[in-house]
Amino acid sequence: MKRLALRISILTLAAVFAVFGTAAADTIKLGVGGAHSGDLASYGLPTVKAAELVVKDINARGGILGKQVELVVEDDVCKPEVATNTATKLVDQGVRVVVGHICSGATKAALSIYKKADVIAISPSATNPELTQSGEYPNFFRTIASDDAQARLEVDFALDVLKLKKIAVLHDKGDYGKGLAEFAKGFLEADPRAEVVLYEGITPGAVDYSAVVQKIKRTGAEAVIFGGYHPEASKIVTQMRKKRMDTIFISDDGVKDDTFIKVAGEYAEGVYATGPKDVSQNPLAIAANKAHQEAYGADPGAFFLNAYAAAQAALNAIEKAGGTDNYAGLIKSLQNDPVDTPLGQIRFDERGDAIGVGFSVYQVKNGVYVEVQ
Amino acid sequence: MDLHYFAELFLGGLTRGSIYALIALGYTMVYGIIELINFAHGEIYMIGAFTGLIVATVFTFAGFPTLAVLVIASVAAVVYSSCYGLTMEKIAYKPLRGAPRLSALISAIGMSLFLQNYVLLAQTSDFLPFPSLVPDLAFWEPYAHIISSQEIVIIGVTALVMVLLNLLIKFTRMGKAMRATSQDREMAMLAGVDVNRVISLTFVIGSATAALGAVLIASHIGQINFYIGFIAGIKAFVAAVLGGIGSVPGAVVGALVLGWTESFFTGYISSDYEDVFAFIFLVVILILKPSGILGRSQAQKV
Repeated sequence: MKRLALRISILTLAAVFAVFGTAAADTIKLGVGGAHSGDLASYGLPTVKAAELVVKDINARGGILGKQVELVVEDDVCKPEVATNTATKLVDQGVRVVVGHICSGATKAALSIYKKADVIAISPSATNPELTQSGEYPNFFRTIASDDAQARLEVDFALDVLKLKKIAVLHDKGDYGKGLAEFAKGFLEADPRAEVVLYEGITPGAVDYSAVVQKIKRTGAEAVIFGGYHPEASKIVTQMRKKRMDTIFISDDGVKDDTFIKVAGEYAEGVYATGPKDVSQNPLAIAANKAHQEAYGADPGAFFLNAYAAAQAALNAIEKAGGTDNYAGLIKSLQNDPVDTPLGQIRFDERGDAIGVGFSVYQVKNGVYVEVQ
Repeated sequence: MDLHYFAELFLGGLTRGSIYALIALGYTMVYGIIELINFAHGEIYMIGAFTGLIVATVFTFAGFPTLAVLVIASVAAVVYSSCYGLTMEKIAYKPLRGAPRLSALISAIGMSLFLQNYVLLAQTSDFLPFPSLVPDLAFWEPYAHIISSQEIVIIGVTALVMVLLNLLIKFTRMGKAMRATSQDREMAMLAGVDVNRVISLTFVIGSATAALGAVLIASHIGQINFYIGFIAGIKAFVAAVLGGIGSVPGAVVGALVLGWTESFFTGYISSDYEDVFAFIFLVVILILKPSGILGRSQAQKV
């Protein structure tokens, strides 16, 4: 009896392998790695759905290179130590292009496996600047702007458009605000055209910021770049204006919020803030959201459109490169062939960041944020 | 040394200190009478700000002049917050008057959390804009960049409230009853002082000053939310301890010292460690003079 069971299981295994073997020959495999369970599943699952929708769409139109596309989904629960296993599993199953991973830490862990196996990864959400800027991972691409993109844009805007020379950099000591302020300070110091005259952290929730405001005034800063959120930003702007200072105020996504305008009122006028490019009018974005609504009966979750764009870019590159095994061809195609996605037309720069994805500068005019052209 | 810059920091510290002082007065009065640290005091301040905002919005909408709106909003906030202070004392502290002091303290913390969450649920978690109720006067415009009319009002009101409270405590019958209650509650009762009334009145006065402060401060800062009472309350509490808790002039002195410390430290060194420095200063003062700057050392009955 035991022997029979063993035989059956061997046969079953063989059958399974046979199925896999034939499938590999007939389909193009697209890997999806990310957090699909655990605390951060809500960040990873929308990517799976986006990939499913893109693949369903393309298969309905006959697939690519005459083959159907097959998704291979593996969970990394957003943990670096699990992500190496996830990556190994995907590579072992013959995946050569992966949409993922989701968390920066897990992505980095997986990338070292992918790099050895010549596997391309396109992340919809890993924003750690190092991933592209270190130059360590030529196989990595992403359809989301990196963490320092806002700081870069703020600094470029201050120097190139506003032609400012003396800038004060403030932050609220939080992860988000301080991180941004540090990037901004780094960019400003690297640029000979401008000078950082003040770099300070303020105490969030303090009853007033008059001392800091006086300090800004004394340094003669032409502009303040502030990393943080709207409650502090509105207090600082209000106090500066009440002290009759017309110092330019440039801030980030945390301030590009209607509450800021509501609270700061007339004092909000003229304030600049960077925020994600508005894609809500993009017909492809509308179509992708609608497809999600029809397929799953709910509005899409986090990074859905980024993931949609990543999957489209991946499949386009596979088609242009003539298959998944042409590693150099895939990279060349990702860098050179523009793809129409819900985020707009994108391709990737030599470091792997998407060109045409990211942030715009907005300014408060008559009580609303207007995109600065 | 840049004298102009020094003066600006001095005035900034004075305003900030006055803000702390308006809240610290309530802390110190309640502590002086029943030796309770009323942690819900910050919440009374916050409720005063919300009441002020609602009333001010209605009356501004009805077309009243700004100054009238300021007065009406302040009065409404004072009345409403006083009712809260009174009720809070009756519900949360009076039943615990004979209990160990720690029980009343826990009750105060509970009250604080309750009021915070009550406003969060009943009103909103968002920041709300608070209108500027003290008008910018035209003749003051050349000096407005140094000190605004709002700041002058805050500093003036703080000074006035402190003087009035001092007079009340020193020269009225009620003040005498308060001092008696603070020295020995049972003896005062035997001597015919209505202790319950004295304690209730103390809560009413404390809440009223907090509410008055709330309207002025919110109008100066320009925004409120349900959490402002906690942060302001902690700082005011520190100020009260610094000055010698239980002493009315002490609370004001402590608040001003705290305001100046923060302002000068931020101005000349760095705002990154503003709080750290303020608290180091508190520790140093308490090491040198454990009862606070103006506090009297009390003989402990052992």
